[in-house]
Formats: sequence, structure tokens, C-alpha cells
Amino acid sequence: MLSSEILYKIILILAVFAVTLVVAMWSTYAERKVAAVLQDRLGPNRAGPFGILQPMADGLKMFMKEEFIPGQADKQLFVLGPCLAMLTALMTGVVIPWGGDLTIGGHAYKLQITDINIGILYLLGVVSVGVYGIMIGGWSSNNKYSLIGALRASSQMISYEIAMGLALISLIMMTGTLSLGEIVGQQDAGFANIVYQPLGFLIFLICAFAETNRAPFDLPETESELIGGYHTEYSSMKLGFFLFAEYINMFISSALIATLYFGGYNFPFQHSLGLDGNMLSMLQTFVFFCKVFFFIFFYMWVRWTLPRFRYDQLMNLGWKVLIPLAILNLFITGIVLGFRNGFFI
Amino acid sequence: MQLTNRSKQVADTKMTWLERIYLPGIFKGMMITLSHAFKKAPTIQYPEQKRPIAPLYRGQHVLKRDDAGAERCTACGLCAVACPAEAITMVAEERAKGDEKLYREEKYASSYEINMLRCIFCGLCEEACPKEAIFLTDRIVPSTFQRRDFIYGKDKLVEKMDQRIDVSLRQTNNLAEFKKNTSFAHNKTS
Amino acid sequence: MITQYLFYFLTFVAIFCALLVVFSKNPIYSALFLIVTFFATAGHYFLLNAQFLAAVHIMVYAGAIMVLFIYVIMMLNLNQEIEPHKSSLIKIAATLCGCVLGLVLVAALRETDVVAVSDYTNPGIGLIEKLGNVLFGTYMVPFEISTVLFLSAMVGAVFLSKKTIH
Repeated sequence: MLSSEILYKIILILAVFAVTLVVAMWSTYAERKVAAVLQDRLGPNRAGPFGILQPMADGLKMFMKEEFIPGQADKQLFVLGPCLAMLTALMTGVVIPWGGDLTIGGHAYKLQITDINIGILYLLGVVSVGVYGIMIGGWSSNNKYSLIGALRASSQMISYEIAMGLALISLIMMTGTLSLGEIVGQQDAGFANIVYQPLGFLIFLICAFAETNRAPFDLPETESELIGGYHTEYSSMKLGFFLFAEYINMFISSALIATLYFGGYNFPFQHSLGLDGNMLSMLQTFVFFCKVFFFIFFYMWVRWTLPRFRYDQLMNLGWKVLIPLAILNLFITGIVLGFRNGFFI
Repeated sequence: MQLTNRSKQVADTKMTWLERIYLPGIFKGMMITLSHAFKKAPTIQYPEQKRPIAPLYRGQHVLKRDDAGAERCTACGLCAVACPAEAITMVAEERAKGDEKLYREEKYASSYEINMLRCIFCGLCEEACPKEAIFLTDRIVPSTFQRRDFIYGKDKLVEKMDQRIDVSLRQTNNLAEFKKNTSFAHNKTS
Repeated sequence: MITQYLFYFLTFVAIFCALLVVFSKNPIYSALFLIVTFFATAGHYFLLNAQFLAAVHIMVYAGAIMVLFIYVIMMLNLNQEIEPHKSSLIKIAATLCGCVLGLVLVAALRETDVVAVSDYTNPGIGLIEKLGNVLFGTYMVPFEISTVLFLSAMVGAVFLSKKTIH
């Protein structure tokens, strides 16, 4: 019994790992294709049908390139940087519920690696540690562009973590739990959380963009002013790791947005379809991935629409707009919850 | 002066509250980009699809032979003089006895070179030529890796008799009329 | 059994990295080893079932405070060359101060009674509900006073960072 549970967990971990990598790989393709479509172009279409094998070609290119470490760089930290970026990007997938229960041989298995009861805190912890990969990589390159990119990344991530945390606190107050599994379960019973927390969702969305260093918040890697930002000196697969980590972060944060605010794997009228357990779970997983892919598309859509912020604008938005808004949201949530629980009567 | 009616008068007025929260503006912009997703891409995928070329397209030059296979060029140098980019160089030589089959005139170009990197494909050489020897064709000069490969000599410019190049589209009606007049030596076939 | 091995492993990592914090020449390395020490300490909290404390420890110390530390160190451009030479008098004074501090610590530890953790087996002891109930129930007043302290510290920081008002 126990060993089958462990075996199942190992299989699930490997599956989540593989799916994350595959999705991140084809996100690079999707990014180029979406950019092309939004700009009236065709995009990659030479490698395989519709250019579907383009990520393979890109990956091969990355592997074949010369591995170069600058002479003045700090060798150990230079290698550690991309590893940390990749590690923290992959760690987040652990707590996300990917679907309902699967019943195999009379035993229900959750499609979630672990449902720890501090799930959201775990997420915030991993996200806050995620900045080290960029910081260490940028500093150890011994290049002023890299250093400025690293400094920008760290200050940006710290600033937006606060607003993100405050937006999440309103959500936690409402749901009364820190476990992602329970949050999803509550959304099955009632409406999706976006109905109750539209402002919180907006703040979380903006902060998610800033935390993943995506446009319009891609100041750490501005090509036009910092060449490549923190990965200026990187080449070969170490550069690939940095770029890949960004796409993994994008995938995971899309999954988070779907989980926290859009009902996770639940979809309307799912229980009136008359499907049995396993079929329903698979359908739920499918629906969940549809939501995730929509948000990945949304990320790209925003990237190819909005121009980049200036640095002072970024800081103004973070500290002077989002944090007060998040506190206001917290306040309103508190009052509404107080009324509902009869504190003021 | 107003060139188009698309120009918009901008004013440095204070933004309204709706403008300052930017969300409606962002939404509008997102809709514009999304609308472009449903437009057809104007891309022409070059090696498979080719853009239609005008009959008067000015591409790689050809040095014509007449119907009997003799080179028409007499190395008068007018094309080189006319060339604004100074891309044409030639060496003239007197025709030797027994070469009448090869060269139409008594003087011919023993070497004739066009530097395709300098050439601007204006077609003035074609206009200057009194012998209807040089024409621009609808062929595109292929790219290579070496500069020296862009200097085209007679081996590349003179047309082969087994693969003649049709330049009739480049000849105006006036010229076609004139060519019927066989009393001029120019129009004699051999 | 496995918790015991984990405890020894984490303790070893924590002490080893704490020593490296002191002994590494490069301040960036010191800061990074301090982060590893924090992680090891968070692991100890996990072993004690204090999950909330562990998560907050990582979030606040490793995720926020150390980022600011490294931020400052990166800006300072600390090299071996520009490090000021310290006279032997200062070195002796520093050693003496360290010894005195160590003495105080050892003395304090000697006086402490080791209290057996009564609720060690209770799995719910460190959970966030329990903690919230304690913080907003028994320790309501000290908790609120500490928040006022933080608020005043924040106001003070803002005031210091502002340019002098004429």
C-alpha cells in the first residue's frame, strides 16, 4: 500500500517535471508564433509541419554553442546562477493541483504531488528565493550591464512581492485556508474566486508579470539599454537555462492564476455531465490545461502589445499604486467578511 | 500641408481619471493586436512562392548574340560612359580574320565586365547601346560569399545559343517598327 | 529514525555554513552561506512541525532580508585592495570582545534548564490555525504593540530617507 503510494508519487513527480519542460519548450515556439500572428507575419514554419519542431532546432543550437565563461567572472557562482534559476522555477509545480482524483485499483490518487497546508506560503517562499539565480548570475558575470540587470531584477521582485502577498492575503482571508487543494475545492462548491476578488486578481496578475520578468516589466533584460541584462555574458545552455526558467515561470504562474482565481481544474456543470470518476478527472485536467494555455497566450499577447515601463514608472506603480490598492482590497475584504460573520451587528 | 487624413491633433491636456488608470487604454490596445491575429499575413515565402515580376523588370544583364550566333557588342564604350555607377569595364580588340562567325562587327570586346555590387540596375547601358547588344533581364543576381564573384565577365554575361534569353518584352513598339526596316545595316540578320 | 538523521544533517549544514560565513573572504560568499544557514534552520523548524515558522523564515530572511544584503554588497564593490588595513590593537580588542561575548553566551546557556517539549508529538502544534489563535488570543496585546513598533520604524525610515525639509 505504502510502496504503491510512493511509486505513484514518483511517477507523478516525473510526469509533472516532463510536462513542465515540454510546455516550456513549446512556449518558446508559441511565443514566436503568437508574436508573428499578432504582427501579420507567419512565424517559424520551416522545421516540421507549421514549424512545430522549431524548439528542437533551437535546443540543438543552444547545446552546440560554445560554452564560454568570462575570465574575470566568478566561476562557481557563474555556473550556480542558471542552476538556481532553473531549480526555483521547477520547485513551484509541486503544490499545484493538476486535476481531480484518479481511482486505480480501488484507491484514490490525487493529481497533486503534495497538498501541504501552507501551500501558498510555500509558493511565496520559493518565489522570493527565485531572485537569487538572477542576482548571482548577474553579479558573477563581472559586467556592469549584468550587474544593473541583476539589481533591477532584485529590486523589482522585492517590490512586487509585497503587493502580491497582500493580494493573496485577501484571498486567504476569504477562503480561510492556505492549501491550494482546498481553495480549488471551495471553488467547485461556489463561484470562482475572480467573482469575489476582481481587484485582488488584477493586482496578482500584474505582480505575476513583474515576478516572471515578462514584458512590460522586462527591465532586467532590456535589450535596448542593457544588451541582455543579467544574461549578457552567458552563452550556450547556461543562457538556455535562464531563458527556459522564464518560460517555466510563465507556465507555473499561469497555472497559479488558474488555480487561485479561475477555479483550478473545475468547470461549470461538471457534476451534471454524468461522468464517472476517472473520466471526469481527465476532463478536468484537460480543462485546467486549457485555462493555463489561455493565460500563457495572455502573457504573450500582453508582451506584444504593451511597451516596456521606465524604471521610475515601475517603482511608482509597485509602491504607490499596487500596494495601497492591495491594502484597500484587504480592508474591503475584511469589512465584507466581518459583515458576513456578524461582527458588526 | 496635409498629406493624409490619418494625422491626429495631439494636446497636452491633463489626463482624465479613466485615462490615468490606463486599463481602458490597455484593453483597447490589446484588442487592436488581437484584431491583427485574424488578418492575413502578406508574407511571400520566397523560394516556393515568387512575387510576380513586371515585364520591364531590370535584373541581371545579358550580352545578346544575333540569330546566327555572333556577338552583337562592338565595344564602343557607350554603355560604360552612360553608367552612373561606373560598373562596366571593357577591353576592345580588332576582329581577326576568320572570326566573322563569332563577332558581328569588326571591333569586339575581348573582355567585358560588370561589377554587380556597383551596378544600380538603372538600365542606362541598355538605352545607350546602339547595337542592341546589352539588355537587362528579369533574372536576379544571386548572392555569393566573395566580392570577386560579383564581377561578371563575358562567361556569365554573353548568352548561350542553346539557352537564348528572350528580351522581346523590353523592346518598345517603336523599336519593333524600326527593326522591320532592313535597309539599315543594324537590322541585317547576318 | 529518519528525523534524527535529518536533524544531524541539518545541524551539520547549519554549523558548517555558519562557520563559512565568518571565514570566507568574499562578502558575497558570506551572504550566500548565511542563506544556506537560514535554510538549514528552516529545516529544523519543519522537523519541529512548525511549518508556518519555517515558511515565514525562508520568505522573510532568505527571501527578503538577504536579498537586500546582497543588493548592498553588490553595490559596494568590495575588493581585497580597498579593504582598510586594521592595526593589531584593533585586532586584539576585537578578539577580547569576542571572547567576552562567548563567555556571556556560555554562562547564559549553563544557567538555562533544558525543558522537555511536552507537545512534541502533537502534529498540529505549529500549524497556522493554532498560531493565529495564540497570537490573536493570548498574546493579542504584545502582538499589536509589536505591529505599532514596526509601523513607527517604517515611518522613521521614510522620514530618514526624505531630504531635510526647510
